[in-house]
Amino acid sequence: MASLAATFGRGAMTNHWKDIKNTDVVLVMGANPAENHPCGFKWAVEARDTRGAKLLTIDPRFTRTSAVADRHMQIRPGSDIAVLGGLIRHILENDLQHTDYVAAHTNASFIVGSAFGFQDGLFSGFDEAASGYDKTSWEYERGPDGYVRRDPTLQHPRCVFQLLKNHYSRYTPDVVAQIAGCTADEFLAMAEIICSTGTADRVGTIMYAVGWTMHTVGSQIIRTAAILQLLLGNIGRPGGGINALRGHANVQGATDHAIVAALLPGYLKVPLPQQATLADHVRDSTPEPLAPGSVNYWANYSKFLVSQLKSWFGEHATGANDYAYDHLPKQVSDATWLTMWDQAHQGRLEGFVTLGFNPLLAGPDVPRLLQAMSNLKWKVVIDPFMLDTAEFWKAPGMNPAEIDTEVLYLPSSHWIERDGSFTNSGRWAQWKEQAVPPPLGVEPDTWILSELFWRVKELYQQEGGAYDAPIQHLTWDYLNPRLPTTVELAEEINGRDLSSGRLLSSFGQLADDGSTASGNWIYTGSYTEEGNQMARRGTADPTGLGMHHDWAFAWPANRRVLYNRASADAGGRPWDATRAGIAWNGREWIGDVPDYGRTTPPDAAGAFIMTAEGVARLFSTDLVDGPLSEHYEPVESPVRNPLHESVPINPTIEWYGGIRETLATDGDDFPYACTVYRVVEREHFVTSNVPRLVETMPDFFVELPEGLAREKQIENGGQVRVWSKRGSVQGTAIVTRRIKPLQVDGRTVWTVGIPVHWGFVGLTQGSMANLLTPFVGDANTRCPEFKSFLVNVERADVETA
Amino acid sequence: MADTLTIKRTSGSASAFIPMDALRSSGPEYSKLVDISRCIGCKGCEVACKEWNELQSEPTANFGSYQSHKDLTPNTWLLMRFNEIEVGENLQWLIKKDACLHCEEPGCLYACPAPGAIVQYTNGIVDFNQENCIGCQYCVTGCPFDIPRYSARTKTVSKCNMCIDRVEAGLEPACVKTCPTNAISWGSKRDMLAKADKAVETLKQRGFQHATVYDPSGVGGTHMMYVVPHGDRLADYSLPTDPTASPAPLTALNFLKRIGAYLFGFSLVGALGHLLAFGQESPDEHE
Repeated sequence: MASLAATFGRGAMTNHWKDIKNTDVVLVMGANPAENHPCGFKWAVEARDTRGAKLLTIDPRFTRTSAVADRHMQIRPGSDIAVLGGLIRHILENDLQHTDYVAAHTNASFIVGSAFGFQDGLFSGFDEAASGYDKTSWEYERGPDGYVRRDPTLQHPRCVFQLLKNHYSRYTPDVVAQIAGCTADEFLAMAEIICSTGTADRVGTIMYAVGWTMHTVGSQIIRTAAILQLLLGNIGRPGGGINALRGHANVQGATDHAIVAALLPGYLKVPLPQQATLADHVRDSTPEPLAPGSVNYWANYSKFLVSQLKSWFGEHATGANDYAYDHLPKQVSDATWLTMWDQAHQGRLEGFVTLGFNPLLAGPDVPRLLQAMSNLKWKVVIDPFMLDTAEFWKAPGMNPAEIDTEVLYLPSSHWIERDGSFTNSGRWAQWKEQAVPPPLGVEPDTWILSELFWRVKELYQQEGGAYDAPIQHLTWDYLNPRLPTTVELAEEINGRDLSSGRLLSSFGQLADDGSTASGNWIYTGSYTEEGNQMARRGTADPTGLGMHHDWAFAWPANRRVLYNRASADAGGRPWDATRAGIAWNGREWIGDVPDYGRTTPPDAAGAFIMTAEGVARLFSTDLVDGPLSEHYEPVESPVRNPLHESVPINPTIEWYGGIRETLATDGDDFPYACTVYRVVEREHFVTSNVPRLVETMPDFFVELPEGLAREKQIENGGQVRVWSKRGSVQGTAIVTRRIKPLQVDGRTVWTVGIPVHWGFVGLTQGSMANLLTPFVGDANTRCPEFKSFLVNVERADVETA
Repeated sequence: MADTLTIKRTSGSASAFIPMDALRSSGPEYSKLVDISRCIGCKGCEVACKEWNELQSEPTANFGSYQSHKDLTPNTWLLMRFNEIEVGENLQWLIKKDACLHCEEPGCLYACPAPGAIVQYTNGIVDFNQENCIGCQYCVTGCPFDIPRYSARTKTVSKCNMCIDRVEAGLEPACVKTCPTNAISWGSKRDMLAKADKAVETLKQRGFQHATVYDPSGVGGTHMMYVVPHGDRLADYSLPTDPTASPAPLTALNFLKRIGAYLFGFSLVGALGHLLAFGQESPDEHE
């Protein structure tokens, strides 16, 4: 999500599920929607059969998505940027970009300062000691008016368009083939289809998921795809977009409500220690417009934050005390997933509360996680089912006698047993009703968290403590303060006008003078005086494009396609009248809820209202590892990096202590590329409690190419052992032709595949895939590199019972 | 919406052998249509089938495939079969929903000697009534698609009943309802044939030159049809090329049945003799 925000201004799927039916080309890469998003995937099949859209998969394996695709290309795990970079080069070399779109809606014409450069695998400003970049040299060149200098002819050697052309010129079909292991011809056949949408009458979509995020270059893979889609003019248009498919029914909702470290709800920022006052924080968080006509919507940051503080601290948040800004914790260091467990591993984390989550199986390097968990003094696990995380002391190889961790398990109600909302990948918040009551004695999360709050507050009241004001001042205005209802919470998230008490209908009504409260500005409008907008079930579809504005609520402002201003040309005419996102009729915009003022004329403002540029960023300084993307190998790779051998991997990775020693080196015998994934029959780990689903996919397995199996004398259905430098797994071999040997950089590379769904608690037990994976993550998000690492393989002869 | 079930033929009765044409009746004649080109092999139908029909979950083990069970069983009436083949240079992962096809000329029914054990309704559904089943397994032999499965525990044979209780109530079968990609459709046979023809046309446009509708005439057509992308590779989908069933060859079988009845009579006498001579054995605990 970090890279989408870096490019477009918002970190979310640009379009929505049903919109995929409007496309001409579906590229599925870094995803396997037939298996992980089967219900939404129907729209890709629909586009294929009703529009004649081409459905393409690029993946290390031929998946069940590939089974219904028009074309599949196998690549080596971790070579995505090479392939996407090759596509960008293919567009620019052959003039296949949507020129008018690029001119109107991207920063192609923006001129970058003369200090910017790229050499031998490093962008300018690299600080070796800090393993990071000083981004000063990446800045735009400013004119005397303070705005960025631009060259509308796109000829200036330092304009973004020329920088792109130069940077990606190295990714020739032969280089793509050399890195990814496909052939140049295969690549060109794919490129011809994918790059066919750079015209007004054609549009293509990309579906991706954690197959892209879970790399040390994950954010940059997505950035590359975003650049590709911008060049083809596919962002903001129905049938287009770069569509991040979220795993669980409510991952998007969790993200919107600040599941990511360093963010507050609604993508506001956790303050930093040096931001001593609200004014400091607002100043640092509010960008200056970089071009005339930039709406620069984040200029409203203070309205969103002050309303959030009013929502949380009520009468205790006043103008006189900076609206209780001091009550917000300040982030002194990174608090992402890997860092937390690294702290635990070092014995610097006392306790851990997990809610609806099975971190032991979900994290990388399980042997390390087990050590880390053993260092905790206490752990609270809140879940409808008993989890491996709760019973980590029972994991194979653990000695319970040596573990002092106290584990508290609190059974909670399942989502089927309570009402509330799910926000799907397409940002639709849909209200659902309770289907069945929870079992006797099982309480909902809201009760558990509410009790936790009250008991902590009561302890503070009895015993006092350091700076208890945030707890004492927290609003808890519910009819039954020990059990808030989800309706009360939804209203609180939506927000009110504090003088009238009325529910607000739009974030445009939020103010920074303390007169409004809203828990999460992007959800303002979801629960209004007209009622619960998320519970709406109108099926009208006047555009015929599947927007369904009367169905549920889509943030922001019930907009169905983000950046829809870009679906029309500079004059406001839709690129394709049969697939109009919004259209200017001379007085106002009609169609989708415009990402723009309804009556703002087409020439008055830039299409991308969330960026300071007013346009989308082909070149973006937001990420830590480069304003453009570059192919770096996974930290464990079977081959060298032919582009720059001296900088083979992402130079800005954050290395935790002792981790380099857990990675395979040249002297080790781990010759095979390995990737982990999910299968449709299971959903992460929870379905190991569902007999019907266990029946359909009972056992942990390993997918192996035929040739490798033959070489190792491994039989289909026999037992196989796979091990990395970190751990070892064993399971049933599925010997397949769906993974072929690849010729990479002059040698044969075999790929092995492993599903993640097994553990030691549940109806069936099996090896944990993450016993193998490395404890290292993306340079921006620290999302672990689950998708590409090295293993060895052997036949395992077990006595059959 | 509710659909009254009208019996067209039953096993072990004269109606079993009435020529098909004489039985054509008014009223809806349904068909399921499985468009293999839209199927993603998610097994949602497999699970829905078990849920609706209250079939027991069975212990399974991975045998080197994405397929859940090696074969259909008395408690698994629907099985997704997976097969990897090469067509030219391209790999194809064939995924096929295997279940009863509900033949217009049902070989199982023709073969069945037990009155009322197999019933064909005018809407096309061929249903097994276990209470009338004598466990002879002639239906297993009679089926050209190898679908019915015998249970040693219940001593009866079972197969997909097209969720006849749902259909009677005006609903589609559970597998149709659950399919996420609309690979399975439900409607009148005529509508489904039209839909199948259109799907084949789409496939041909996509380059599947041998795409075809599988509705074999040797069994009088079926009430579960397939759209098959590689129509020239039916065996790779485990679909017989030319399945047949008709009452005619069963004359011979009928003769055998009659002999069987005599033999059964003899064996009864023998059993009685055995009982009188040696007394009753305790029930065998083995399954």
